[in-house]
Amino acid sequence: MAKIIGGITTSHIPAIGIAMDKGIEDTPYWKDFFAGYPPIRDWLDQERPDIAIVFYNDHGLEMFLDKKPTFAIGCAPEYKNADEGWGIATIPPVTGETSLSWHIINELVENDFDPTVCQDIKVDHGLTVPLSLMYPGHNYQHIKVIPVCINCERHPMPKPSRCYALGQAIGRAVESYEGDQKVVVFGTGGLSHQLDGERAGIINADFDIECMDKLVTDPQALTRYSNDDLIEIAGAQGVELNMWIAMRGCMLGNVKEVHRNYVAPISNTGAGTQLLLNT
Amino acid sequence: MTVRRKDIPGTIIFDGPMATKGYALNKMCYSFNNAEAREEFRKDEAAYCDKFGLTDVQKKAVLARDLLTLEREGGSIYYLAKFAGVLGLNVQDVGGLQTGRTTEEFQAYLDSQGRGKNNG
Repeated sequence: MAKIIGGITTSHIPAIGIAMDKGIEDTPYWKDFFAGYPPIRDWLDQERPDIAIVFYNDHGLEMFLDKKPTFAIGCAPEYKNADEGWGIATIPPVTGETSLSWHIINELVENDFDPTVCQDIKVDHGLTVPLSLMYPGHNYQHIKVIPVCINCERHPMPKPSRCYALGQAIGRAVESYEGDQKVVVFGTGGLSHQLDGERAGIINADFDIECMDKLVTDPQALTRYSNDDLIEIAGAQGVELNMWIAMRGCMLGNVKEVHRNYVAPISNTGAGTQLLLNT
Repeated sequence: MTVRRKDIPGTIIFDGPMATKGYALNKMCYSFNNAEAREEFRKDEAAYCDKFGLTDVQKKAVLARDLLTLEREGGSIYYLAKFAGVLGLNVQDVGGLQTGRTTEEFQAYLDSQGRGKNNG
């Protein structure tokens, strides 16, 4: 059976990709942030997972308001990145995975989730920045990626409890897949931040740390928040916590945290990263 | 059943009615994913707004770089960020513009809430 060996949470803000392109990871602004990643990269190099399921949100590259899925899942052999309009460098294509993707899609629909099924989508910084962070120099072609996109832009958006349940359904689907693949799950985005309105700039580091704690030991507690709660406590884009919650839902075994880092502010956000093992 | 929303001061919830109101504006800003579109906008901003059918209020706010008005007129920050990018503004500049601060003052506000970076 395929096995989810671990989960990784990480920020996906564009400024990170720009900083890596410029090679300024060691500057005072960035060094504490990038210091959080070598232990995760070492673990990935050691475990060499075959497949990464990446929960992300599209910020208006592929999914405009005309046809915007609440949940979408990719089943393509390859995903391309493209010009997002404001200067982040386009990265080389991401390798996809079709067989497990279709299995997950079948299982999701059988279990009353009805995602939009995508055979050809462009992926934006929400997915590409985490991959670049994990595999510097864009050395990620060996890992097969299954993108799972969650609407975090336009209300109504899926509730934290529903995102957790989606993750659980994906976790069960992976465990029922005949194969010996090692799978890692990524929860991207967050943590607290607000880009718009007079309240722009709010960061809630205490809440972010609490979320990281709860993600390990009591993820159910996070599912009791509404999206409005998250907006109030963690800013309008604090709802990106939903990707972390969905990631955690996939991990059905005993979960242990082996690494974390938290730095704020990075751009306008509280930037957290964690490595969780699922045994 | 109508979803009851919290009133969160300083926060414009981008929901269905706002998305309806801002559709043309957001569509215009979405077009900025394309380099040729960005160039066309730069050459004649007002004409480009007209091409997408923006309201007068939206068009004036685009020309004035009035981001708060654009948000109240249905602009989604995801697409307005692309507009800001065309103007050469980053999200700290945008934060300052919306909160009546200079970029440096906005950065100081972010830093005041910091943790784990020069903050012990």
